[in-house]
Amino acid sequence: MTRKDDRMSGDLLDAQIGRDLAGWFSDHGRSGRTTCRQAQLDLAHRDERIFSLEGDLGLPAVPFPDELPDQYRQIGIAEANLMGVAAGMAMRGIKPFVNTFATFATMRACEQVRLDIAYHASNVKVVGYYAGISGGWAGPSHHCIEDIAIMRVLPNMTILSPADAFEAYQATVAAAAHEGPVYLRLGRSDTPRVHEQGQPFEIGRAVQLRDGHDATIVATGGLMVAEALRAAELLEAHGVNCRMLNVHTLKPLDTEALTAAARETGAIVTLEDHNVIGGLGSAVASVLAQRHPVTVDRFGISDRYCVRCDDYEEMLSLHGIAAQDVCDGLLRRLR
Amino acid sequence: MTLDVSNLAVDTELPERARSLRRHVVRLTADSSGAHLGGSMSSVEILTALFFGGVLRVDPRDPESEGRDYLIYSKGHASASLYAVLAERGFFPVEELETYKQPGSRLAGHPSKEVPGVELATGSLGHGLPVGVGLALAGKHDRSDYRVFVVLGDGECQEGSVWEAAMCAAHYGLDNLCAIVDRNGIQEDGPTEEIMALEPFADKWRSFGWEVAEIDGHDLGQVTDALHRVPHRDRRPTAIIARTQKGHGVSFAAGMTAWHYGQLTPQQREQALGELDADAESSA
Repeated sequence: MTRKDDRMSGDLLDAQIGRDLAGWFSDHGRSGRTTCRQAQLDLAHRDERIFSLEGDLGLPAVPFPDELPDQYRQIGIAEANLMGVAAGMAMRGIKPFVNTFATFATMRACEQVRLDIAYHASNVKVVGYYAGISGGWAGPSHHCIEDIAIMRVLPNMTILSPADAFEAYQATVAAAAHEGPVYLRLGRSDTPRVHEQGQPFEIGRAVQLRDGHDATIVATGGLMVAEALRAAELLEAHGVNCRMLNVHTLKPLDTEALTAAARETGAIVTLEDHNVIGGLGSAVASVLAQRHPVTVDRFGISDRYCVRCDDYEEMLSLHGIAAQDVCDGLLRRLR
Repeated sequence: MTLDVSNLAVDTELPERARSLRRHVVRLTADSSGAHLGGSMSSVEILTALFFGGVLRVDPRDPESEGRDYLIYSKGHASASLYAVLAERGFFPVEELETYKQPGSRLAGHPSKEVPGVELATGSLGHGLPVGVGLALAGKHDRSDYRVFVVLGDGECQEGSVWEAAMCAAHYGLDNLCAIVDRNGIQEDGPTEEIMALEPFADKWRSFGWEVAEIDGHDLGQVTDALHRVPHRDRRPTAIIARTQKGHGVSFAAGMTAWHYGQLTPQQREQALGELDADAESSA
């Protein structure tokens, strides 16, 4: 299986929003963070109650404040206030998207997210960029390997973790349509396309990107799903035929798809650029321990901070979560 | 619009209403496992003026009514006086106060959204003002004429989020927002100026761009007047610093750090209620 052509038809989104994503991506690149903001702007043009709030980490590439200044609020470098303001606006029927980095959204302002947003089931969409180790060169202050664990344990919270820019656009649209708190986990830079053309996006429904019978690789998020697909190709060359599940919704988890994968393929491998504790692997293992116990090999950051900076893709190898690592690990187990 | 405003006479009826709230606070503090007596007593006149002094446009029969003013009671630990005023104003039956901190009650130590009239679950300090800023921003955007009142503790103002929100409110010129600080001077571990100094307190608010009024927080005339004049200046948020006394109205608790939180013994309960009765007689 080869990577998808980078040109996206955007047929589904044409129908929903009127945005030709193929053309847009060629001008703006394929990063989730730019795409999510563009989706917010497109949605806000159609719904005057959709607002975009920024914590001084915005991008000039998306002209939200120029096009819709009334639906845009710059809150500055003050994340606790940012979350409280969003919750207050939501009390008046505004649907705010809060844009900041994942580490600030989920840890600096965690208690505001918990009490003002999760407890009140507030209709706020918290968008965390630079999630995982996508910050790469930016260093440990800007990496975020704890956010899934933290957001998973907040009642009322839905967690979306799109696999590429196309899916980031869809996830943003889905988040806006969903009544209640959503955490959108996004990376930093352009990522390869993994999305099937015309693939629908439904909160809570994992996407099977390839079928197989020897094992299932379960992955989430930008670059990780692409790495999982590459791992499946590498394994194919060794005669191992893998299913691949893109878990774009970490909460609620698609327990049906996971249980079926365990039952039908027998071996499960999870892949994420998050601490192995508390993330996708933990969530999948919890479900399968109850529903259909099989061995779950969890590939993630091994409960340590990243001490050396590097390019994102290099860092994957550094942490043992690149496609080759998954391939080698699964081969060791299957033999 | 069915929103009504309770408007009791400042010189006669409001003081009796305040005493009535204090009696409830005494009973809640004695008949439960304990309450934040000190901060509940210091905020009584603020709450009396808001709910009975013709300030808040709210409808107890329809707590979510459109166009209402918002009260965010950020110093949620002092829930006893909040529950007392909500019950007396008719948001729920006065008899329900007896369930305070009893098994299965919705009247928890810190207020939750389950309680009619409570707009925001509070008790974790530093949350109320940011949410108030969000409400006020929404009101400006929607050109609604509701106002947002946030009652803060003075110790609470050691939280950084209070000043993040203060900066933001002034930046956006939110004259539909009013912060009332219950400046009783004592926090859980001792006097604010010993624990973490707040002074010059009014200057801090002024320097953040707020219009500040300093008043006697137990003088119902001053409190009511200050609240009626909101906004004190166009395009600026209003901060009312209400100088109060912790435990006010109960002689042995007044000004005492030890009565930040506690449970009254039956004897203390009777003494406190007796003092309030005597105060009522002397005012009659």
